[in-house]
Amino acid sequence: MALEQSFAQTPLRPLKSAVTESLTTRIVLIAISLLFLALFLVTPLVMVFIQAFAGGWSTYLASLVEPDAMAAIRLTLTVAVISVPLNIVFGLAAAWAIAKFEFKGKAFLITLIDLPFSVSPVIAGLVYVLLFGGGSVLGPWLKSHGIEILFAVPGIVLATIFVTFPFVARELIPLMQDQGSGDEEAALSLGASGWQTFWYVTLPNVKWALLYGVLLCNARAMGEFGAVSVVSGHIRGLTNTMPLHVEILYNEYNAVGAFAVASLLALLALVTLVLKSFLEFRYGDEMAATAKH
Amino acid sequence: MRLNRRTLFLTAVLAGAAQFGGLGFAFAQTTLLNVSYDPTRELYKDYNAVFASKWKADTGEDVSIQASHGGSGKQARSVIDGLEADVVTLALESDINAIAEATKKINPDWRTRLPNNSSPYTSTIVFLVRKGNPKAINDWGDLVKDGVEVITPNPKTSGGARWNYLAAWAWANDKFGGDEAKTRDYIAELFKHVPILDTGARGSTVTFAQRQLGDVLLAWENEAYLAADEFGADQFDIVFPPQSILAEPPVAVVDANVDAKGTRKVAEAYLEYLYSEEGQRLAAKHHYRPSKPDLVPAEELKQFTQIKLISIDDPLFGGWAKAQPTHFGDGGTFDQLYKPGK
Repeated sequence: MALEQSFAQTPLRPLKSAVTESLTTRIVLIAISLLFLALFLVTPLVMVFIQAFAGGWSTYLASLVEPDAMAAIRLTLTVAVISVPLNIVFGLAAAWAIAKFEFKGKAFLITLIDLPFSVSPVIAGLVYVLLFGGGSVLGPWLKSHGIEILFAVPGIVLATIFVTFPFVARELIPLMQDQGSGDEEAALSLGASGWQTFWYVTLPNVKWALLYGVLLCNARAMGEFGAVSVVSGHIRGLTNTMPLHVEILYNEYNAVGAFAVASLLALLALVTLVLKSFLEFRYGDEMAATAKH
Repeated sequence: MRLNRRTLFLTAVLAGAAQFGGLGFAFAQTTLLNVSYDPTRELYKDYNAVFASKWKADTGEDVSIQASHGGSGKQARSVIDGLEADVVTLALESDINAIAEATKKINPDWRTRLPNNSSPYTSTIVFLVRKGNPKAINDWGDLVKDGVEVITPNPKTSGGARWNYLAAWAWANDKFGGDEAKTRDYIAELFKHVPILDTGARGSTVTFAQRQLGDVLLAWENEAYLAADEFGADQFDIVFPPQSILAEPPVAVVDANVDAKGTRKVAEAYLEYLYSEEGQRLAAKHHYRPSKPDLVPAEELKQFTQIKLISIDDPLFGGWAKAQPTHFGDGGTFDQLYKPGK
């Protein structure tokens, strides 16, 4: 009886809108995420700039053109300029091998590429100390041949490459696997050489993912602290990168100087983000056609 | 912007150019690397400039001095791992000994090569308290009063922290008439009052002065003055306990490195000049006690309150060779007495 009744009373359901939550729920959810963003992202960033300009423009500029700061900026850019292109090559090669070919140990290779994500940067730095340090086999031999690795630019570059290694490869692998090797096979069957296939078929297919990987890789390369701190030796004006210089200035009670350099680092990161957003905005359609970023 | 071959090629060229731009500097003159500990930053910043101009005047050669600062133990570790220091100016004799033993790069007789056990300046450990000393901390015994929080770095990584530890030990030893069990109780109790162990002296100062944590900072005398200078004398008071420890931060030339780089002459001159009138007055200016006070005008010595100072060579400790393993080695008294979070 009761069952019949309930059946009889059920009217035809109106078509629901795609969003089922009530307006209040939506507003609350949006407010929570905005509040979270403001609290944990915007406020600290604003604080950095407020601190940086606490002494006015002239102090801000003076902290940046000071020789040790300039050396730190130069070193950070040098490290990024060396390690990012190398990671492009490594990343492309690894992604190419993994996505386009079948071979034994592929899963293992993917795990290896992810290793830097799971290993603490401090360990990444210490590994190079063990490998090239004064107590190692390799270190003294290299030194006797006039090659310095640890506590010099090469060590910093190596540590940076280690921690940024997965960025390019990780962006490319899923995309290239998705795309399969059909385009390449077509190109080859039409008589293209291996290089031609790479330049004219593979690279254009993945260029957006590649660029995105490069931007991420670059941001991390400039910002890395832990691994670089271990291998740097902290020599002022010589082996201090920007993040290390920020810490040193802060420890010297020079908060304005520290945050001036920090704000420049933040700006470099912001430029990267803006560049990425601009590319997405400008080439959104083209990107959607080749990738899903 | 089309991301084609030409763009990539251009990027590569630019990258290469920037790289050479970045590396093509320096190495045109003699450089000295001074690997030092945390609180000496300001002293050596001044001293390096003075020495460079004096060296230029004496020999006509340009010398540029690079500095690296950090916790004393950490810095020694870096030199052992291959950091090419010409001179080391560290907080502890045992840190320089560690380099000498691990690498043989420093001659074992280094301590006798320069006056005053190779310590151009000495220092001691004092208390930095909040203005007006609200918790009435005047002696080592006051550190373990209820509700007092003590800030000191970790003796495992910081030279200053080891001096703090030994100064407290020496006081307790006197207080309890040499009863080691009671001394150990005091030290264990003391570290229960320590909320944070930073790795270096400077980290602890920042914790106390900038982050406003704790009631008293056990600090190098010079570090205490510096904090008061930097943050305003209206914020802190320096308290001299009736008894403390005589800290002798030593300096040494790293023989193997200077011989390899051909910088022995300038490295030795660099350290010797610390004992000159100018070097000693700079030390006093930065609140280090000059090892040759007769070279420094009495006016500049007034700041150094005379208190009873116990030397590390006192039979109680028997020198660093004995004190280091007894107190700070694996399983030493610090490991036995320090129980984090209890």
